[in-house]
Amino acid sequence: MKKMSKQLRSNLITYGIVVAAYIIVTFCMQAGMVSSLLKGLLVPLCVYVILAISLNLTVGILGELSLGHAGFMCAGAFSSALFSKITADVIQPAGLRFFLALLIGTVVAAIFGLLIGIPVLRLKGDYLAIVTLAFGEIIKNVVNVVFLGRDSAGFHMSTKDSISLGLEPGGQVLIKGPQGITGTPNDSTFLIGIILILVTLFIVINLINSRTGRAIMAIRDNRIAAESVGIDITKYKLLAFSVSAALAGTAGVLYAHNLSTLIALPKNFGYNMSIMILVFVVLGGIGNIRGSIIAAVVLTLLPEMLRALNDYRMLIYAVVLIATMIFTSSQGGQEIQERMKAFFKRRSKAEEGK
Amino acid sequence: MKKALSLLLAGSMVLSLAACGGSKDTTTTTDSSSASSDAAGSDTFKIGGTGPITGGAAIYGNAVKNGIQIAVDEINAAGGINGYQIDYNFQDDEHDAEKAVNAYNNLKDWGMQVLIGTTTSAPCIAVVEKTHEDNMFQITPSGTAVECVQYDNAYRMCFSDPTQGTESAKYIGENGMAQKVAVIYDSSDVYSTGIYEAFAEEAANQPFEIVSVEAFTADNKTDFSVQVQKSKDAGADLLFMPFYYTEASLVLAECNKQGYEPTFFGCDGMDGILGVENFDTALAEGLTFLAPFVAKSEDEQVQSFVSKYEEAYGETPNQFAADAYDCVYVVKAAIEAAGATPDMSVSDLCDAMKAAMADVSYSGITGKDITWGEDGEPNKAPLVVKVVDGEYTEL
Amino acid sequence: MIGFISYLVNGISLGSVYALIALGYTMVYGIAKMLNFAHGDVIMIGAYVVFTTVSGMGLPPVLGVLISVVACTVLGVLIERIAYKPLRKASKLAVLITAIGVSYFLQNVALLIYGANTKSFTSVVTVPALKLMDGQLVLSGETIVTVLACLIIMAGLMLFMKYSKSGRAMLAVSEDSGAAQLMGVNVNATIALTFAIGSALAAIAGVLMCSSYPALTPYTGAMPGIKAFVAAVFGGIGSIPGAFIGGILLGIIEILSKAYISSQLADAIVFAVLIVVLLVKPTGLLGKQIQEKV
Repeated sequence: MKKMSKQLRSNLITYGIVVAAYIIVTFCMQAGMVSSLLKGLLVPLCVYVILAISLNLTVGILGELSLGHAGFMCAGAFSSALFSKITADVIQPAGLRFFLALLIGTVVAAIFGLLIGIPVLRLKGDYLAIVTLAFGEIIKNVVNVVFLGRDSAGFHMSTKDSISLGLEPGGQVLIKGPQGITGTPNDSTFLIGIILILVTLFIVINLINSRTGRAIMAIRDNRIAAESVGIDITKYKLLAFSVSAALAGTAGVLYAHNLSTLIALPKNFGYNMSIMILVFVVLGGIGNIRGSIIAAVVLTLLPEMLRALNDYRMLIYAVVLIATMIFTSSQGGQEIQERMKAFFKRRSKAEEGK
Repeated sequence: MKKALSLLLAGSMVLSLAACGGSKDTTTTTDSSSASSDAAGSDTFKIGGTGPITGGAAIYGNAVKNGIQIAVDEINAAGGINGYQIDYNFQDDEHDAEKAVNAYNNLKDWGMQVLIGTTTSAPCIAVVEKTHEDNMFQITPSGTAVECVQYDNAYRMCFSDPTQGTESAKYIGENGMAQKVAVIYDSSDVYSTGIYEAFAEEAANQPFEIVSVEAFTADNKTDFSVQVQKSKDAGADLLFMPFYYTEASLVLAECNKQGYEPTFFGCDGMDGILGVENFDTALAEGLTFLAPFVAKSEDEQVQSFVSKYEEAYGETPNQFAADAYDCVYVVKAAIEAAGATPDMSVSDLCDAMKAAMADVSYSGITGKDITWGEDGEPNKAPLVVKVVDGEYTEL
Repeated sequence: MIGFISYLVNGISLGSVYALIALGYTMVYGIAKMLNFAHGDVIMIGAYVVFTTVSGMGLPPVLGVLISVVACTVLGVLIERIAYKPLRKASKLAVLITAIGVSYFLQNVALLIYGANTKSFTSVVTVPALKLMDGQLVLSGETIVTVLACLIIMAGLMLFMKYSKSGRAMLAVSEDSGAAQLMGVNVNATIALTFAIGSALAAIAGVLMCSSYPALTPYTGAMPGIKAFVAAVFGGIGSIPGAFIGGILLGIIEILSKAYISSQLADAIVFAVLIVVLLVKPTGLLGKQIQEKV
């Protein structure tokens, strides 16, 4: 009973941090204390937080290394942006349209997660990691060759170029291959982002603390033992994997509706992005949801904070990354942490003694 | 124990975040207060620039950054614009739409009044949306995609992709340069695809035939053997290459390896190929392309710019640097024509400059008597450049 | 038909570069059990060193390559000592992230030193091209040297592993580092040696890659690095002949799909083939099947 309440308290703190962040930022905005840079960063921050939480489900809870998370984000982003672009004039109000786009992006990513999960989850360890990387790259590659146009005769598709769509005059090119989708309505707001973070948290935390979650963690800790007590390995693995993919899709929707141009580049939907999300998860502590949130925020803000350093910005980012990893994960680093903790404990005791 | 550790870690991160946020808020407040005081009694024009100075596209961002710097120094030394000095700040956008918006917002916090940027097309499309919202005057030196200047506050210094593709096809056709043309283009790049599509469209009206079209992508641009071989097998006597010179140097080397010697026709992204350190210029012999600027030109303005650039940065400027340099002077011309002062708000300044742009006729290093239409596109004639004896030569 | 053969030759030419990089990847993975994502960037550094010494300072190519090998070996050992060794007992993921940090670090250092402008790399290979069938089929000197280098290095590594004392120490560490330590093997020294050899191979790979594909930028190593990693997994990561076969096959598949299917989808096809292979043989073509202990 006591343990339960402790867990509950911990979860409430996590929700609390998010809500408090929203209230503080909104308050500061009202007071005109927020820079344009931070204002512009609010939605991307929400995107990365959701991505980090969702990947933590795969890496931390399911215990499998995925290097293709950006692929699911890509699937969600493109499907929803396409929907929004087609229906921009048809479905009003914008709120309803964005809600539908969210559903579509999430569902599409979930389907991708399911389809990819079936073969991928048969593999183990680094091989699983490389196959997820491969799927992520395939999604990005395929998106880059799709041309989709619309005219009065309906939809036209091509994988070559927009000329071969053979559109009538007045036809509209919706997806322009590598140039992606331009003119997506900017529907994402900070409030929606925060609500989506809370929803994501709710889903993930409840999943972890449910019977299903315990089964998933049992598989992570000892697959053979879990199987021997009758846990359906495939089912639970697939469930965790597709929920994680679906949430990445949600983040993709948010991303796509924040910028008016959506292009699948190696940088935003390739393995680089997958790895960046992984960095958030590892740095925040594998399996630690609150850690993921904080790491995502800190690491997204860091390069922006370093803008004043100009040429040395990314170099310092790299050094900070290496130093943090060594500090948090090496034996030497952990000893220093222990000592620091002991020091603070002693001091606080001494103060109490006064 | 482990849990306690992670909690501690999380705690320390919250603290660092709070510290970040806190310091951020304070800097912001000072920023905004200084910005407002600037707006009230400011005596400098604040011009911002954005482009990639890290990552794979860093060459272009650096050129733009340096080009603007030279123009700003010149103008400041000569007494500024309407007697006001220029403050200049350049931010990295990593050739990424999201980072470009961050860079733009960062410059806004700094107090930017006019944006010269962004350098590359894709980020430009995202940023122009924001400058349109804020009604800030924007002129892009090298954002070539059509959408880059879709709003009335945005202007462009370079040719748009369609213009360049069409002009190239016309030039090849009118001069009877080829019967059969092969195209290799970067299908993952907005610039390259844009030129190719316009080229293919115009080719239908020209007396040559496109016999082979091959693409490559940003992830797969090390090996060009297949693309070159297919062009060769198709019997093309001209190879059209609408992409940048880094890849072009590889394609040329591959053609040489395969013993394939068509006429090479490039685009303005080829400018700089002879400046690639250690490049065997014999490979590029006969390469022809349309460009706004040739560093070897005898034009006095060009020579002065090139020598200053070489002195400051130790390399020959390419067209990105030249376009960026001209951008600053166009901004100057527009501000002077509008009689604007730095104490105007961003939006008022933009409206004044927009009105003035209609009458601006500018002669610089990337063209003479350039005027701008309402669509923000420049009217200027391209130069035809050919590599002869390892030197760019104007035809 | 001649077209097909010449595509095949091109494929082998590209594949031999992948194979050379993959050998270094697989070495480090096999012994240290870590994905060294910074390997591609060590390659880039190796190429820059040759560029500076040969094209910049005018040293003879052989000397330049030697300097580059030494420089990369030192760099590899330093990276291992500073960034990876403290994490020997940490989770694999922590090491992976650190490797990514090192990769960013090397790229940005190169960017600061050499700038973003492309450098054109002069080939260090002087072997003349081989022209077959009346010149319809050209085997460039670079391809010949790269394939030969691959074969020699592969044979050398296999002999080294099998017969030398340090080689067998590596095998022992790779099998069970704890037990190896108890048997008197200096695990730290062995892993450092692995990195030294892996990085020396990276230098050679960098030189030969840039001789075949002469554009050099700070990001030159990144994508070939990932492809070579795929090649290593393809052949069975940890297996030395596997890396060679994986690299060559990957090159051929990439070139043939570019030639006959779509040049834009070539990467997607390569990755799809990888997925199929792994589903059929979950540890790659020549990978060891590890029995799970209950």
